[in-house]
Amino acid sequence: MSEVFDVLVNQPFFAGMTDEQVRAVAKSAALVSFDEGSVIFVEGGPARYTYLILEGDVALTLRTQEHGSKIIQTLHRGEFVGWSWMYPPYRWNFDANVQTDVKAVQFDGPKLKKISLADPELGYTMMRRFTEVIVNRMQALRIQLLDVYSTFR
Amino acid sequence: MRPTARRILSVERELPDTYTLEIEPPGSDWSFLPGQYTMLYAFGIGEVPISISGDPSDATRIVQTIRAAGAVTDALVAKVPGDFVGLRGPYGTAWDTKAGEGRDVLIIAGGIGLAPVRPLVLDVLNHRDRYGNVTLLYGARSPRDLLFADQLQEWRGRFDLEVLITVDQAEQTWRGPVGVVTSLIGRSSFDPDAAVAYVCGPEVMMRFTIQELERKGFSDDRLYVSMERNMKCGIGLCGHCQLGRFFICKDGPVMTCAQMAGSCWIREV
Amino acid sequence: MRETLVIDQEGVDALIHTLTDRGYEVVGPTVRGQTILYDTITSTDDLPVGITDRQEAGTYRLETRDDGALFGYVVGPQSFRRYLTPPGNVFWKGVLTDDGFETVELPEPPRLAFFGARPCEVAAMQVQDEVYSAVGDPVYLGRRGRSFTVAVNCSEPAPTCFCDSLGTGPGVSNGYDIAMTEVVDGESHYFIAEAGTDEGSEVLALLPSRDPLDEELVHARRMVVRAAERMGRHLDTDGLKEVLYGNIENPYWDEIAKRCLSCTNCTLVCPTCFCSTVEDHLSLDGSEAERARPWDSCFTLDFSYVNGGPVRPSPGPRYRQWLTHKLASWQDQFGSIGCVGCGRCITWCPVGIDITKEAAAIRERDVRRVVVGASSAKEGTE
Repeated sequence: MSEVFDVLVNQPFFAGMTDEQVRAVAKSAALVSFDEGSVIFVEGGPARYTYLILEGDVALTLRTQEHGSKIIQTLHRGEFVGWSWMYPPYRWNFDANVQTDVKAVQFDGPKLKKISLADPELGYTMMRRFTEVIVNRMQALRIQLLDVYSTFR
Repeated sequence: MRPTARRILSVERELPDTYTLEIEPPGSDWSFLPGQYTMLYAFGIGEVPISISGDPSDATRIVQTIRAAGAVTDALVAKVPGDFVGLRGPYGTAWDTKAGEGRDVLIIAGGIGLAPVRPLVLDVLNHRDRYGNVTLLYGARSPRDLLFADQLQEWRGRFDLEVLITVDQAEQTWRGPVGVVTSLIGRSSFDPDAAVAYVCGPEVMMRFTIQELERKGFSDDRLYVSMERNMKCGIGLCGHCQLGRFFICKDGPVMTCAQMAGSCWIREV
Repeated sequence: MRETLVIDQEGVDALIHTLTDRGYEVVGPTVRGQTILYDTITSTDDLPVGITDRQEAGTYRLETRDDGALFGYVVGPQSFRRYLTPPGNVFWKGVLTDDGFETVELPEPPRLAFFGARPCEVAAMQVQDEVYSAVGDPVYLGRRGRSFTVAVNCSEPAPTCFCDSLGTGPGVSNGYDIAMTEVVDGESHYFIAEAGTDEGSEVLALLPSRDPLDEELVHARRMVVRAAERMGRHLDTDGLKEVLYGNIENPYWDEIAKRCLSCTNCTLVCPTCFCSTVEDHLSLDGSEAERARPWDSCFTLDFSYVNGGPVRPSPGPRYRQWLTHKLASWQDQFGSIGCVGCGRCITWCPVGIDITKEAAAIRERDVRRVVVGASSAKEGTE
């Protein structure tokens, strides 16, 4: 428990939050690890957790009939993996494959929600920071979609 | 604006549409600065600006990397050793390597934008002791589209150069990052208050990179970009490449964001 | 102070002949298809004798005048730019050899005498001198350096003229070999001619002439002063560069664009516009190549084309590029404004877009005048 707290306070994501707030969030969290080649979650599976990567690399992949498995995006140290726990139907949209051994903090979605409802100010802070991550990632994906390196002719 | 005929020493296919030509220099005193370009002429067909992609310390050849994208570039990449091309130049401004001395150096390239920064990387490595941490961030379309892949591999093996590569799309066999090149910025080590950044790639990629670097605390006078405009003459005569008070062919292509004073954000300027 | 002499029409003829004898191709105004254009002339018979032009925004008509004046018009659509950087001029030639190709030397450019150059035209050549000297262009400099200029002061400006507000007319102050003022006063018709260079003096000395009377000099000078007072238009250049730089994103540019046809007329009649393109030609057997320089215009889509598309696909940004270059960035690039106030772009615009009005309109709508209170709402951080 206090080990998780020690990890979280050193993460940039939690910078500026009070110890009390981080402690509250830590109640939903556990330290986990995944070996290279393993899978954190698979498309369609029940989505309960979100992960903050402490070490290692994760590839979000999408299986297609026509083109095989495509990597949509890779996520790395300091980044979150998994948002599907937030809204129904609580199912993963992608596979999360471990590219290199991962250590992560696993947050329990339902518990995070409960903590947020009990302390709306903390809930807002967490939500605001989550959306910042999501917005940045969405904007990056838009550039990725543009296929800027292709040749026009 | 008189081209001189030069022999082609070698032609190497880098990517399906991209070739590197080695050209015999006009004389032993011919030299260029990293970031400069030449005007290459296919006899009677036309002339195009092509950045120089070789080692500035090697006077025995002019190395130029060309993507076939039209009549002239098609004609140029179809050449074989022993053929000739017309050459003018070098033209344009260079990456200001002096500005990076004693500082951390961040070089960010996208797609074929790696070609104009390769002389910069080579020059920095030739004088490695003058710089702090040196990082190369490179984004390409897919693992198959990585330019100079062998050289990237070699650079990755060096202890004095950090090389991070990302692609926009990949099969599951790719073991590296997938995502835009800006996503690599947070993963590299440099001191934003004292680092110098050199950026080259498609204009939209440069815009987002500048934005990300400014968010990280880079001031615009330490942000160098290589602008692309329609360069017909190379000497500031024809007017096609104008951007504000600059003719990119001679006042650029390499400029600082401070010089451009935000003009790269304005629609159709 | 160089000599000032009086010559008559016979003297003007002698001037044309003298210049021709000295090896110059004399290029001057002549009527061609309801327009006064420039062409080779051999005597005053080729000049638009007794012809005047009526100009307004989008309007140009020739009319006769009853006084037999040789220079009784203002300016036609062409400027001497046509002769200094001829459109499509072949400036490089190469032939295949065993070792690639080699350059074929081109013939020497002609020696040109620009006859009847208005003060604004002389000023335009001086503006272009800066442009082409900056790059050492052999095409322009080769022709310009061997040229002779006979300027003619203006006494009857068109409603489209605004040289007075730019200091480029109606009287010429330098940049000529010979300057003339034509005086038609009742029965008397004479020209006050003044040399501006040694060669000008030399040529002037060969003409039949007499010394001017004091009142003739005063009269000629007064005509030019009166022309300045009757200038049809005005361009306020005070702080204009800053106004234009500060209004790149003014929505008014798109208003102009609704009228602008992107026809390129303004850039083709402009005496200072210098944009060109490069065209490479190959002979049928592939053994000879030429490089030509057609004029180009920033109003075309191709002009700013880079791989993927043009940088300026919309007409608003293209008009902005043109006007802002002329009146603002030209100053940073070449040390002067890129406009001489000749009014051609106004006359020859098919929809009558007026550079003086549009510059004033941008100034009126200056977006830099921040409305108080508009920026007071600060966006919050966390």
